[in-house]
Amino acid sequence: MVLVVAETLEGKIKNSSFETVYYGSKVAEILGTSCHALILGPCSDGGRLGSFGAKEVWQVEDQALSSFDSQVYTKVITQIAKEQGAKVVIVADSSNGKSILGRLSIALNAGPVRGANKLPELKDGKLNFQRPVFSGKAIATCRVNSEIAVISLMGNSLKPQSTGAEVAVKAINVEIPASKTKVIKVERSVGIVPLPEAQIVVSAGRGMKDPSNWGIVEDLAAVLGATTACSRPVADSGWRPHHEHVGQTGIAIRPNLYIAIGISGAIQHLAGVNSSKVIVVINKDPEAPFFKAADYGVCGDLFEIVPKFTEAVKKFKSTHH
Amino acid sequence: MKILVAISQTPETTARIAFKNEGTIFDTNGVNFIMNPYDEWYALVRALELKEQKGGSVTVIHCGPPANEVIIRKALAIGADDAVRINMEPLSAHSIAIQIAAYAKDQSFDVIFAGKETIDYNESLVGGMVAELLDLPFISHVSKLVYNDAVASVTRDIEGGEEEIEVTGPYVVSAAKGLAEQRIPNMRGIMSAKTKPLQVITPVPEESTADYIHFQVPAAKTSVKMVDPNNMDELVRLLHEEAKVI
Repeated sequence: MVLVVAETLEGKIKNSSFETVYYGSKVAEILGTSCHALILGPCSDGGRLGSFGAKEVWQVEDQALSSFDSQVYTKVITQIAKEQGAKVVIVADSSNGKSILGRLSIALNAGPVRGANKLPELKDGKLNFQRPVFSGKAIATCRVNSEIAVISLMGNSLKPQSTGAEVAVKAINVEIPASKTKVIKVERSVGIVPLPEAQIVVSAGRGMKDPSNWGIVEDLAAVLGATTACSRPVADSGWRPHHEHVGQTGIAIRPNLYIAIGISGAIQHLAGVNSSKVIVVINKDPEAPFFKAADYGVCGDLFEIVPKFTEAVKKFKSTHH
Repeated sequence: MKILVAISQTPETTARIAFKNEGTIFDTNGVNFIMNPYDEWYALVRALELKEQKGGSVTVIHCGPPANEVIIRKALAIGADDAVRINMEPLSAHSIAIQIAAYAKDQSFDVIFAGKETIDYNESLVGGMVAELLDLPFISHVSKLVYNDAVASVTRDIEGGEEEIEVTGPYVVSAAKGLAEQRIPNMRGIMSAKTKPLQVITPVPEESTADYIHFQVPAAKTSVKMVDPNNMDELVRLLHEEAKVI
């Protein structure tokens, strides 16, 4: 059995969970078994996971689980995984997923794979997963040697497809241990697709010259339905919030489309973004190293190019729906 | 406060990444090794700051062969009080976590620090594994850690923001950017590091649950297609018709 831990946000299934569950159902096909989804805490629309391949959706609807605690979550997931005989446990490669992956691997004596980005191959009875290493500069094949595997799935690894109908959510009761931590405050920008889940990312760097110039970046992101990001110097100088920083020391992302504006493309920046499917670079310096990693390049003044690009996208959107 | 900091050795961020023996082994030829930046800049320095505020000691622990003592001496030069080296070739996050937990088990550390990930395998696993082995709370990707009396207030990075958490009693954290500022060892630190205690320990038996069987470097992009800056309709057309991303 494949057990997928589905994440929620404010009582609703997170979009990224459809991909995690869909991936889980594909792993279950490879193993000739079924995929079950698990929701921890309050959630009103868990049944939707049935459409993406969960045979059953289980929920531990305890208010105590509405705040994340890696120790408590691990104990609950482990208990259910053991009772149900899970062979593969899948979490999202999110802040929570990364916090429990190592713990789960110990608790279940399971081989961990962080940030798998493809479906595994079954070879000689063992699952082989691919994942990026060296900050995206290489791809490794990781073989799980134990009976159980625990996987975190990198976002945008495969396109989830709705394959069936919603299912009824089954409540399950589990003993929930007391938490030794207490969440005091959560601050999250609302109404924005988080960077690791974004399909399109518009990112800008020092070439913007001043934080007050960011309007053109935001306009382009708005017409594309994209999430905004920035390079390290921009985050370091406080022009943009820390959580927008992509690159080796920031967030590693792999959107379908990455648009880099006024970013020269230092190796540390490339490391965090070069898994993007398509890269567009806009830079005034024809020698900018980023052009070598780009699919499409525009060389010139970004303050002229970006508004024109925004207009062209608007025109395109008005004729294609 | 008694603090333990786990440190790893990694290739420099600008190292050439290549593999040998048909893609099964990382080619270390010509590669310079450093202390993993998350361990050095953030975990170790914040540990030292806490010691400076509250008293106590900072011990660094490293799993690796004798040649890796260079990074241990550097950690001592930056300000750690003593060090432990588990004499082994680390093969996986599991192989490291088992050793750290075995060492820390009876030592009653107040805080155990790790980096949020190493810059080579990027697994983000060791901290959580150690916490689970010791049955301690674990807070990952921590960018702020302050004390109000006995209670630690810890801020961790989450998607699109941050979360503030209170924790009492011993715990494990993994350090992200922002937790501290890099410190450069001074001459006095470098001299005193030579005589600070470095204990070498034989590893406990361990069986890894996963291993790497192959590596490859992704194919480089074919040459970039340049678009006329005065023709953004063309860029949109290419993104729609050719790249199929909008």
